[in-house]
Amino acid sequence: MTRKIYIPADSCAIALGANDVATTLRSTLGTDFTFVRNGSRGLFWLEPLVEIDSDQGRIAYGPIRPGDIDDTFIQALRNAGEHPLCLGLTEDIPQLKCQQRLSFARLGIIDPLDIDDYIAHGGFDGLHKALSLSAQEIVDEVQTSGLRGRGGAAFPTGIKWQTVLSTEAPQKYIVCNADEGDSGTFADRLMMEGDPFCLIEGMIIAGLAVGADTGFIYLRSEYPRAATQLQKAIDIAYNKGLLGNRIAGSDQRFHLELRIGAEAYICGEETSLLRSLEGKRGMVSAKPPIPAICGLLEQPTIVNNVITLASVPFILVEGGEHYESFGLGRSRGSLAFQLAGNIQRGGLYEFAFGLSLRELVFDLAGGCRHGEARAIQIGGPLGAYLPESLWDTQLDYEAFAEIGAGIGHGGIVLFNDEVDLSQQARFAMEFCAAESCGKCTPCRIGSTRGVEVMDRIIARQSSEQHLTLLDDLCDTMELGSLCAMGSMTVIPVRSAKKHFPEDFHSEAKPHD
Amino acid sequence: MLILLDNRSNICIFLHISSAHLKQNMPRIMSDDDLKHALAELALAHRDQLGGLLPLLHAVQKQYGFIPEICAVTVAPIFRLSTAEVDGVISFYHQFKRQPQGKHRVQICRAEACQANGCRSLEQFSKDYLQLDFGESSTDGLISLDSVYCLGLCSHGPAVRVDDELFVQVDQDKMKTIIRELSS
Repeated sequence: MTRKIYIPADSCAIALGANDVATTLRSTLGTDFTFVRNGSRGLFWLEPLVEIDSDQGRIAYGPIRPGDIDDTFIQALRNAGEHPLCLGLTEDIPQLKCQQRLSFARLGIIDPLDIDDYIAHGGFDGLHKALSLSAQEIVDEVQTSGLRGRGGAAFPTGIKWQTVLSTEAPQKYIVCNADEGDSGTFADRLMMEGDPFCLIEGMIIAGLAVGADTGFIYLRSEYPRAATQLQKAIDIAYNKGLLGNRIAGSDQRFHLELRIGAEAYICGEETSLLRSLEGKRGMVSAKPPIPAICGLLEQPTIVNNVITLASVPFILVEGGEHYESFGLGRSRGSLAFQLAGNIQRGGLYEFAFGLSLRELVFDLAGGCRHGEARAIQIGGPLGAYLPESLWDTQLDYEAFAEIGAGIGHGGIVLFNDEVDLSQQARFAMEFCAAESCGKCTPCRIGSTRGVEVMDRIIARQSSEQHLTLLDDLCDTMELGSLCAMGSMTVIPVRSAKKHFPEDFHSEAKPHD
Repeated sequence: MLILLDNRSNICIFLHISSAHLKQNMPRIMSDDDLKHALAELALAHRDQLGGLLPLLHAVQKQYGFIPEICAVTVAPIFRLSTAEVDGVISFYHQFKRQPQGKHRVQICRAEACQANGCRSLEQFSKDYLQLDFGESSTDGLISLDSVYCLGLCSHGPAVRVDDELFVQVDQDKMKTIIRELSS
């Protein structure tokens, strides 16, 4: 058997030249090696990361740009030997070695579309376990795990599943929310591109748990590669008998379909998503009724984020108690943090809850690529901007709630000292104005007024008066909007103003 | 008037469409009736699908590059919706375009992670360089410029999408190269 060379076919790796690297290496080494286009390990600063099998394990080289491939490199790679770009054993790369990859255990290791490779790495063990349990037993296992929704709202997954299971209805649905629109997040994308069968397995288990035989993945259209990967994976799973009328030879059935959004951030909100899936405008609706009771086509529906569902196979295989043994307080298990923005070593860092923000951003990810770090935004465009004094906060849901922030989907964006927080506050309002569904007046109109007020504050016109007006507007948006779009847009605005007042106040003109 | 036979339900669908609705820019080779017929055919293929209107609109845009104005009035009766309802769906989503688009769509990410890496200046540069604002297309029909909020390449911004190809760490020189390659 020929040895294998691994070159990721992940969007970020490809944008950094992985396809060119693969073409060059294939033409040089093609006959002597088998080429695998794996998913990315999530160590983006090392992409394109080329790996080769050796007796000790996989040896990594990176980042390899097409221009780096010369005779010396080829020689080194052929022998899995020394080279200035050699990183040693992949699993010993410090930022990977210290991680606790539970949900992302296979990321970058397997060929994402090789179902036998997936099975060889424990794939579908969770499904087989689920097939041996009753629906209630599956839900109990998820309850025990303490898993909370990874999309941002952190609602206990087990409670949601129990509600759907307990609601009698002629039809139930499993809907995967793959509308990962938050800036600074890419964990869903990595999962869908790098281990799509894991998501599919999680969805089938969810179907078994609540008695739903139909599922949809609602994927944003900004992720073209995830769409092709998922569609291929779904087709393969059908051919292999893991989707369809007799899942894995059992008498259970589950059908799964991929649906593509059309560039609307609000469709990440679950009621908006469901309307979009029904082919309508993505308008948010009031809860109750909650989707778990009255969801897609008014039937009981599980709406879960990609990572939530992809965490389920692990929980079934290892047991809810094992998953629950990670983390602390009410934040159990692991979270896939995504390090982004102006960052030295950006990428995916899966850890049990409990690290501090500073440890993650500075000790592991190396801080800013350029300049001095000044602000960290965590939790996407509706997340708070945090100053250095709060960087020692422990990464768990409750600790962040206490400082008026949230972890959301785990996206962490680092800004250097060139950032102007009044401009970031303006952008939060601008983004809300562009993406509001328009249902609630405070969100629809308030955001536009917010941009105008911020423009005056930035221009130092009657700053004090407008800062008061901004506070008032934030209160109205927070209290008068149905969903997080309007009510949480105020979080980045208020946090920017509170923690970085110098960007809002200074140099008031004399006539003010 | 166009009469279309729906084989599955054996009913005739009557479409009253004024030719004035037709976009002038539609390919000349396609007559009004042909376009209506083609749109109705597509609509029938999606009618029985759960929430089939969105997949249909994607299919129409893929086929024609934009959503022709007569689309709403043509497909509405097939989906048992009003024209206004279909129009409402088209207008809700940023991706659905009502005007013909450039051959290539260039999207610059404007989201916070890309801002941390300088997308604000890239945005301004690109607008000036192409002499286009977001949502506009070049007069030669080559490029449409759009914003996008996050491509999931947040550690290596500024990120740019050209059709289905992704670019990272795009500075002004790289943007010029991208545009030049589209033009050649």
